[in-house]
Amino acid sequence: MAHAATAGRAPERGLDVYTQKVGMWVFLCSEVMFFAGLIGSYVVLRFGAADVWAEPGDVLAIGITAVNTFILICSSVTMVKAFAAAEADDQKGIRNYLLATTLLGALFLGIQVYEYTELVLHAEWQGSHGFTPQAGLYGATFYTMTGFHGFHVLLGVVCLAWATKRAYAGHWGKDNTHGIEVLGLYWHFVDLVWIILFTIVYLI
Amino acid sequence: MSEAGSHAADGGDGHAHPQPKYMLIWLYLLILTLAEVGVAFLAIPKWMIVTSLLVMAVWKALLVALYYMHLKFEPNRLRMVALAPLPAVAIMILVIMMEYV
Repeated sequence: MAHAATAGRAPERGLDVYTQKVGMWVFLCSEVMFFAGLIGSYVVLRFGAADVWAEPGDVLAIGITAVNTFILICSSVTMVKAFAAAEADDQKGIRNYLLATTLLGALFLGIQVYEYTELVLHAEWQGSHGFTPQAGLYGATFYTMTGFHGFHVLLGVVCLAWATKRAYAGHWGKDNTHGIEVLGLYWHFVDLVWIILFTIVYLI
Repeated sequence: MSEAGSHAADGGDGHAHPQPKYMLIWLYLLILTLAEVGVAFLAIPKWMIVTSLLVMAVWKALLVALYYMHLKFEPNRLRMVALAPLPAVAIMILVIMMEYV
């Protein structure tokens, strides 16, 4: 029974968007501030001590990272295609696109691990062998920013694997798209952050 | 850019989401990424390289946010939520820039 004080009123519409989506956007707002803090401190440190940073390509491998950027962009396409497939109730499309997104995310992580290994074992920086997190401001900021981003990708891949498993059980469809859309928002944000990091850390 | 395709789907919250041409956006992103790598090694003044790279990075980020995250098609109320941290980021950038003034 409706409460006497609210009887006859239309329900409040709020943002007119389902709760999980609003929740994810609010979470992403906090993530924007988190990465803005990291990037801001990087800018302060870099321009405050410009001589302890290498020129693009001197230490970091731009070629393989550009490929990795391409892989993450491709994973954003497959993610949004999975959402479109869910809206169209295309079960095969949902399964295939979610699986592709999961694998592309895992491939990104694999290449990042390979990149870290190469840097630690074989890179030359300021006369010493190996570019590690202990290699001054440059090493510390590089591994902090790319490491935190990689951790976000790892979380995304775990969630994607779970969503893919559910897709094979027929969980998603025209009447159940919210999970894929919300996960997609997170995944696209991770891609967006990498777009900024790739430019600032590797190319400038 | 008029990207909206012919078919629209309901996102489950009562809003019709026009479906952009996702592959076209992907192509833009790919081209911009290749252009960024090319610009980084051009023999032009450093400030021009930095400016070009930042413009292209923001352009790519906007493409992802507007089309893949569907912000272009969301109600203004949700856009306000999504844009909420940007004033704080702008203040932070201003404060950082004051370090070098």
